[in-house]
Amino acid sequence: MRTLRYLKNGETLVLREAECVNCGECVEVCPHAVFAMAGSSARIIDRGACMECGACALNCPAKAISVKVGVGCAAAIIIGKLRGTAPTCGSDCGGGAKDAGRGKGCC
Amino acid sequence: MKLEALPPKAAKLAGYEENDVLGLPYVSGFIRIGSRSVPLVSTELSGRDRLAGILVRWDLGRNNYRVLPGLYAVGKPGSGSPVLVTANYKLSFDSLRRELSGIDAWILVLDTKGVNVWCAAGKGSFGSPELVDKLSKLRMKEIVSHRKLILPQLGAPGVSAPETARLSGFTAAWGPVLASDLPAFLASGMKKTAAMRLVPFGLRERMAVAPVELAHAWPLFLAAFGLSFLLALPLGPASLGRFLASILPLAGSALVGTLAFPALLPWLPFRAFALKGAVLGLAWAAACALATGTGLALGLGLALVCGSVVSFIAMNFTGSSTYTSQPGANLEVEKGAIPMAASLAGGLALGAAARIFGI
Repeated sequence: MRTLRYLKNGETLVLREAECVNCGECVEVCPHAVFAMAGSSARIIDRGACMECGACALNCPAKAISVKVGVGCAAAIIIGKLRGTAPTCGSDCGGGAKDAGRGKGCC
Repeated sequence: MKLEALPPKAAKLAGYEENDVLGLPYVSGFIRIGSRSVPLVSTELSGRDRLAGILVRWDLGRNNYRVLPGLYAVGKPGSGSPVLVTANYKLSFDSLRRELSGIDAWILVLDTKGVNVWCAAGKGSFGSPELVDKLSKLRMKEIVSHRKLILPQLGAPGVSAPETARLSGFTAAWGPVLASDLPAFLASGMKKTAAMRLVPFGLRERMAVAPVELAHAWPLFLAAFGLSFLLALPLGPASLGRFLASILPLAGSALVGTLAFPALLPWLPFRAFALKGAVLGLAWAAACALATGTGLALGLGLALVCGSVVSFIAMNFTGSSTYTSQPGANLEVEKGAIPMAASLAGGLALGAAARIFGI
């Protein structure tokens, strides 16, 4: 299967290589192989594959990574726009309420 | 370690009220570890588990498809056995335990309100506070002598390993994305291959999430039927032909959007799902027009409707995909809303005009 690519992926991802402690945790948690270890620090090798889930930033022990985290779900964005809130998968996803966010295959 | 059919009176049931655990269909017995007892689950899914697993893919019973959060055992685990952490969505729990035949392990189920690991991690319910809380309430340090957890890699957007270590004393190892890679991961001494880190989105994964979309498309089928009926008026010998010439593209576009779109996703042009969908919808309408010999004006009207419908369904598939970012999806919604609405309205108007004026 060919590699799938999306719009504006990874634009908010920042890796401060000078602060990197070379532990490899970002490589370990990234589901899209955005990082690789190169010499004394991690490197971003495939920014366009980044879906901005935030796993790397949350698990970086040196806090050398930052990214604006969000779900890439049009339904959540539409709900957010209709309610005037941030993109949301519904107020109580999985809480039994029948809402559009829960209804999507995402969860 | 001793297997018993009921929670032994002498041992305290770890973290549960006895009445909550008795009668759970996935609990096959209890094992004792020290002075406590832990419910044992089978690694074989029952016929009922499998059927329910199929039904939730069609959105039947999905909002309450859960297991009781807490600690479970598979095989004959002891104080040195690995601790696997998962969510309390039953589909997640089942896909984990069915991979563990012949393996002795503890399963720690976090309370994610019945949501899968990845989504729950995104929302934070599969997160460090819940994990630390469960480790403490279950007194996991009395169950196992080691201080290591195996977390699903897709839990990483919610669980911070450094914070969990600081607050609980347990270090986290990130297991494979797929539970099916767990046996190889465990057998190799927790060595993860690069492929085990990647989230797949092949045909199988895309089609697994498609039925939910189809189940939600029923209003579209209803609308297609109503609209086709109106376009078939006035009633007469030619009505059936007219009805079929519009129900085929209209109802078909709901099927095309929910089934053909995910199947063809990698091969459709453009990166935006809405554009991919529009292309597919227009192609579908063109094929229908050729097959039914629809006139130009009506055919164009139907094409505009099909294009916008498939485009909208496709755009919403971003939430079911595994590789879309929020800024990209936001761009689709903002740029797509007006063209979609205009195309739908224009198509309906053109179709109605074509019918009324007989063009």
